[in-house]
Amino acid sequence: MRRVRRRWRVQPYLFLLPSLVFLTTFTYYPILFSLRQSLYQASATVARPTFIGLWNYANLWADPIFGQVLENSLEFLAGTVPVTVGLALLLALLLNRPHFLTTVFRTAFFYPTLLPLVGAAAIWLFVYTPGYGLMDVYLRGLTGGGVNWLGSAHLALPAVMILTIWKNAGYYMLFYLAGLQTIPAELFEAGRLEGATWSQQFRAITWPLLGPTTLFVVLIASINAFQSVDQIWLMTGGGPDNRTNLLLFYVYLVAFQFFDLGKAATLTVFLLAVLMAIAAVSFGFLERRIHYEV
Amino acid sequence: MRRRPLAILGTCVWALLVGALAFVWVFPLLWAFTTSLRPPGQLGSQIASLWVHHPSFANFTEAWSDAPFLRLYYNTAVVVFGILAVQLVTITLAAYAFARLEFWGRDLLFRVFLLQLMVAPSALIFPNFQTIKSLGLLNTRLGIMIPYFASAFGTFLLRQTFRAVPRDLEDAAAIDGCGSLQTIWNVFLPLAKPTLVAFSIVSVVYHYNEFLWPLIITDTERARTVTVGLASFTQSAESGAQWNLIAAGTVIVILPLLVVFILFQRRFVESFMYSGIKG
Repeated sequence: MRRVRRRWRVQPYLFLLPSLVFLTTFTYYPILFSLRQSLYQASATVARPTFIGLWNYANLWADPIFGQVLENSLEFLAGTVPVTVGLALLLALLLNRPHFLTTVFRTAFFYPTLLPLVGAAAIWLFVYTPGYGLMDVYLRGLTGGGVNWLGSAHLALPAVMILTIWKNAGYYMLFYLAGLQTIPAELFEAGRLEGATWSQQFRAITWPLLGPTTLFVVLIASINAFQSVDQIWLMTGGGPDNRTNLLLFYVYLVAFQFFDLGKAATLTVFLLAVLMAIAAVSFGFLERRIHYEV
Repeated sequence: MRRRPLAILGTCVWALLVGALAFVWVFPLLWAFTTSLRPPGQLGSQIASLWVHHPSFANFTEAWSDAPFLRLYYNTAVVVFGILAVQLVTITLAAYAFARLEFWGRDLLFRVFLLQLMVAPSALIFPNFQTIKSLGLLNTRLGIMIPYFASAFGTFLLRQTFRAVPRDLEDAAAIDGCGSLQTIWNVFLPLAKPTLVAFSIVSVVYHYNEFLWPLIITDTERARTVTVGLASFTQSAESGAQWNLIAAGTVIVILPLLVVFILFQRRFVESFMYSGIKG
């Protein structure tokens, strides 16, 4: 009897142990490691790391490139999240009907989700090639042609944003399709009987009931926006003149090209703080609005 | 009777508008496929068209010899399925503990687990690189895989599923003399099959497509994955504007997942949908 009892007490922890070992090593420890290292001056040129307190943070604030990176990241967030989420909702509304073409269309919008971002970026490099790329050949009437999208300080970031929207809209569309299926059909019938127009139905039924879905999609899209890096690496390398340098790409540059370890740790801490803030805000919303069934 | 022609007209307008947008969406992919078949001579301005005279596989033969794609595929396969195999074990055990066992600190530990959902490993590339380096795992497939061996996302999905398993079945298994592990194997896992399939598809797609982490962990071809190989291949071919070669390399890399997707379309779509609902 005693043996059984003891086994029961140890067993749960044994079951959690494998996960905890990996989570500790690659999630919790690196957070603490970054916090600690952000207090040191450490780089390829310094022989031994020296404790400098919060100086890395102060230097970050004074770093003009960091200011630019922050501006780019916010612009990227503001330019991709609302458009992608809005497009996803629109596509879901358009493709929530029984028709043999529905499946074909859904596939057409969803497939970019399955492409590696570098593969997609390789194709879009050609889309944006000046002179004979797809944009210049097919949109000549609109743009006048000869546009060097990725080489222009004004157009490079929007160009990367367009690719990102194209890549993700179909993925978020799925969440809206799933959300639409949970809305009882009787609600729309009742609305129709009372003579509600399409837009009235949308405002009174569809949009409020899709609230949790919207919140979830905005959360994922925002987290993705702050971690966008593959397409930057392949398409622009952060240029021209740091105009497409985003937060995670800057972490990569500072850590693996400039070997400034203290600064890389500080940037990592900053990125983590941003991600946690996004998550905290959305969980606050979620707890208030969604009731989980047990 | 008056509404019928209107409804048909509406459907036509719908099909035309959505169809046009869908065409824009698939255009880059169609372009990549046709250009990969374009003979090296036909470049210039016609490269933007979808029409190819005398298609040939010459680009594929050249791309295949320019980059070690077999090696890259092999590394990706080991990485993707290695991660999945370990994940299935770790998430099953953890999900069972969280779903069915009573123990001190359960809710706290669960919240600690969920932290990984917000702090995605890609944000931790810098400190994790240091860890991999000090473990001596740079330039190895294990170094690429190991940060992903635990999955909060998978644990969460599976815990939700396990909680829906009827207690009666569990009790019946206990009466038959099954221990916890046997109960998991005989009762919980068979019932959780859809969740396991969904998680597996999402995990495989995610890790097949991953780029930055394998890039910084490897600096030789020994452990490189297809995405890293494609990126360096593209960079060298881009300087010579060899778009037909880039297209062929891209097709080589994206084709495996696309083929599996076309074959199991519904499963894929449902899996990605499901991952969101439960997440």
